[in-house]
Amino acid sequence: MKIAVLIKQVPDTYGERKLTPEGLVDRDASDAIIDEISERAIEVALQQKDADKSVEVVVVSMGPAEAKDALRKALSMGADSAIHVLDDALVASDTGWTATTLAAAIRHIGGVDLIVAGDSSTDGRGGVVPAMIAEHLGISCLNGVDSLTIGSDVSGSQATESGTRAVHAPLPAIVSITESADEARFPNFKGIMTAKRKPLTVVSLSELGVDPSFPGLARSVVVSTSERPARAAGRKVVDEGQAAEELVEFLAAQRLI
Amino acid sequence: MAVPALSRRDLDFLLYEWLDVERLTERPRFAEHSRETFDAVLDLSADVATKHFAPHNKKSDANEPVMAEDGTVTLVPEIAEGLAAFTESGLFAASFDEEIGGLQLPMSVMRACMAWFQAANASTSNYAFLTIGNAHCIVAHGSEEQVDEWVQPMLEGRYFGTMALSEPQAGSSLADITTMAVPQDDGTFRLTGTKMWISGGDHELSENIVHLVLAKTPGAPAGVKGISLFIVPKYLHASDGSIGERNDVVLAGLNHKMGQRGTTNTLLNFGEGKHTPGGSAGAVGYLLGELHSGLAYMFHMMNEARIGVGMLATSLGYVGYRQALDYAKVRTQGRALGVKDPSTPPVPLIEHADVRRMLLEQKAYVEGGMALGLYCSTLVDEEQTAESEEERTQATLLLDILTPIAKSWPSQWALRANELAIQVHGGYGYTRDFDVEQFYRDNRLNPIHEGTHGVQGLDLLGRKVTMKGGAALALLLGRINETAARAIEAGGEAAEQGRMLQAAAARIQQSTERLWGQGDPAVALANSSVYLEAVGHVVVAWLWLDQALATGDKVGEFYDGKRRAASFFFAWELPKTGPQFDLLDSLNRDTLDMEPGWF
Repeated sequence: MKIAVLIKQVPDTYGERKLTPEGLVDRDASDAIIDEISERAIEVALQQKDADKSVEVVVVSMGPAEAKDALRKALSMGADSAIHVLDDALVASDTGWTATTLAAAIRHIGGVDLIVAGDSSTDGRGGVVPAMIAEHLGISCLNGVDSLTIGSDVSGSQATESGTRAVHAPLPAIVSITESADEARFPNFKGIMTAKRKPLTVVSLSELGVDPSFPGLARSVVVSTSERPARAAGRKVVDEGQAAEELVEFLAAQRLI
Repeated sequence: MAVPALSRRDLDFLLYEWLDVERLTERPRFAEHSRETFDAVLDLSADVATKHFAPHNKKSDANEPVMAEDGTVTLVPEIAEGLAAFTESGLFAASFDEEIGGLQLPMSVMRACMAWFQAANASTSNYAFLTIGNAHCIVAHGSEEQVDEWVQPMLEGRYFGTMALSEPQAGSSLADITTMAVPQDDGTFRLTGTKMWISGGDHELSENIVHLVLAKTPGAPAGVKGISLFIVPKYLHASDGSIGERNDVVLAGLNHKMGQRGTTNTLLNFGEGKHTPGGSAGAVGYLLGELHSGLAYMFHMMNEARIGVGMLATSLGYVGYRQALDYAKVRTQGRALGVKDPSTPPVPLIEHADVRRMLLEQKAYVEGGMALGLYCSTLVDEEQTAESEEERTQATLLLDILTPIAKSWPSQWALRANELAIQVHGGYGYTRDFDVEQFYRDNRLNPIHEGTHGVQGLDLLGRKVTMKGGAALALLLGRINETAARAIEAGGEAAEQGRMLQAAAARIQQSTERLWGQGDPAVALANSSVYLEAVGHVVVAWLWLDQALATGDKVGEFYDGKRRAASFFFAWELPKTGPQFDLLDSLNRDTLDMEPGWF
């Protein structure tokens, strides 16, 4: 079985996250790290490899040159090989371009039985790329899966507003996992040394057969950005016998209860 | 989310921009490494330390180890979990030779990795680093069989190690130890005696504990020349190499400490007869290396431990500084000078110049300490792998003379940084709701163990400065003057600092000659702690200037901060050495002439 894991390098959520005047993520403003949800996606694939050594795990990322660090970390965690889609034309890609490119990368790898991704990245928060890739590839998509069983098909559970839904799909398929998936292992030192010798292939859009102008594909552009307004002062409730009622009223008004 | 315990940006600067550790990858020993592997192992260390060491730091402080009636020790379970994660990371073997399963990581990078663990949780990290130090010593002086038998399980994280040197009546004075090792017909020894202050001396964290024990054999020369070093495991090995009989090593009691409470600190009885391996009392021990060479071997381990203690002190100071800085940025209090309107919002603490003074002091101490520790660690790499014999010899000489400073300077000044971190927090810093009071308590051990502050002074002035005809001091002063000359050539503020450094180096030379030129060692050594502190400050000024020069004309807040901290050190700290050198030059006799009865 061949599993492709889509990973994204994002600004560290601990640092200050900024946008450039053009509305793009300012990559110099904070450390770049592998998105935690991507690490969990890698963990899903590696657990499958732990159980069956014949499973091949390929990690895929599109991003600037520094994205290779995220791929290298995935290799040191235990993935077998990595594909880095690197192309200047991809700067400021929206979800449509991203999905088109990643789908082409999956075709380029060939023979992929299962694609695992996070449900939503911490920087973009789009949450639609896995479904769009499914559409490009004509395969099934299980979105927002909490836990996953991989066999001759793939099944898992999705949280719904009222409970849990069991879902399954035939392979090949793409699955996006939520933060309920297992926490990722960390690489060990031997893994780090071994990762140096594992293949990390850099491909351009033309090598993937993708026209860098993405003809016929609409693209969203950032027209303007504004900073989130500063947090307003909180409301103080002084208990003069009515505080409980006031709190309940407040929570109900916020639809928190 | 808690503020990261160290600054990765600073570590990157020190390792790559200042010390240029990437050049090491051109040498055969480190050829398998690259910037990529260094970065990855630093990331790994930060990750494991943050996720598996830091979260139980307070808990293991609040719940110190408990000894049950049967002698077993109970610790909070998170310590074992943290160490299991450390084992899983593969870091136990990181700095060892490939042929015994190591990964030949340069010591400079290894120390930076260790610092993450030391800053995250001093107590839990002690178990790991005592084990690594113990294993290094056996590899350096043991037989191949001893390495196979005792080091391999330590590199796999299955056995932990200790250093069992001190005794209840002999701490700093190892000449007075009384533990005896009696040779047996089968080539082993039987040890009897009591060892005190043994960190990690007993616990249930590992399958076995490998003690390295200093003892005397019958008829051995008196004093330190008669000391030998023995491997004494808690459990002996059965003939198939598996865990066998319990050795006659017994936990007599746990010490209840001010800080670093998660590390058991023990009183151990060897050979009291509670266990009778092979049918008789006496702890079975195996001689390491040659008879009567124990002190030299111990110093191998001790010198490594001393730099490790300096790094521990720095790491504790560093994490306190990071928390104080974070607090000063978010906690508001008062208004800017001249703003009288009470309706204006209060400003963050960091807006007040005196708070910035306390933060700058901390920055100067902890980043200076980190520079010192990592510089010394590159000397370990140099003495192992430098191309020419001369370079290797020079690295050894420099390391010899800098070791007492690398141990004592951070133990003194990073502790001061912890005190200032509490001060920045105000009343909150004095409560257990914040971490900084624990960092201070944890750090307070460092001027005491692995050779007290006073012992380091005696070592520097009495031994290191005079050894090989003063070659080490001459080399050190040469290096300091090289940096000073570069600074003078660079011009501007650096030139002024370069001249100050030259003058300070000259004062070291002058005071050293004056102390040793007057003919009475007692007078020289009476003020050796002052000498240690003065030379330590000059050394750190040198490293600050060297760092400032490494920033060149690079722009950005990080580099501005480095240059300002260097300038602060020269304006506020280096001048403190003036009165110290004056005192030394006066050949002051107050401490010599003060009679015990006069107190």
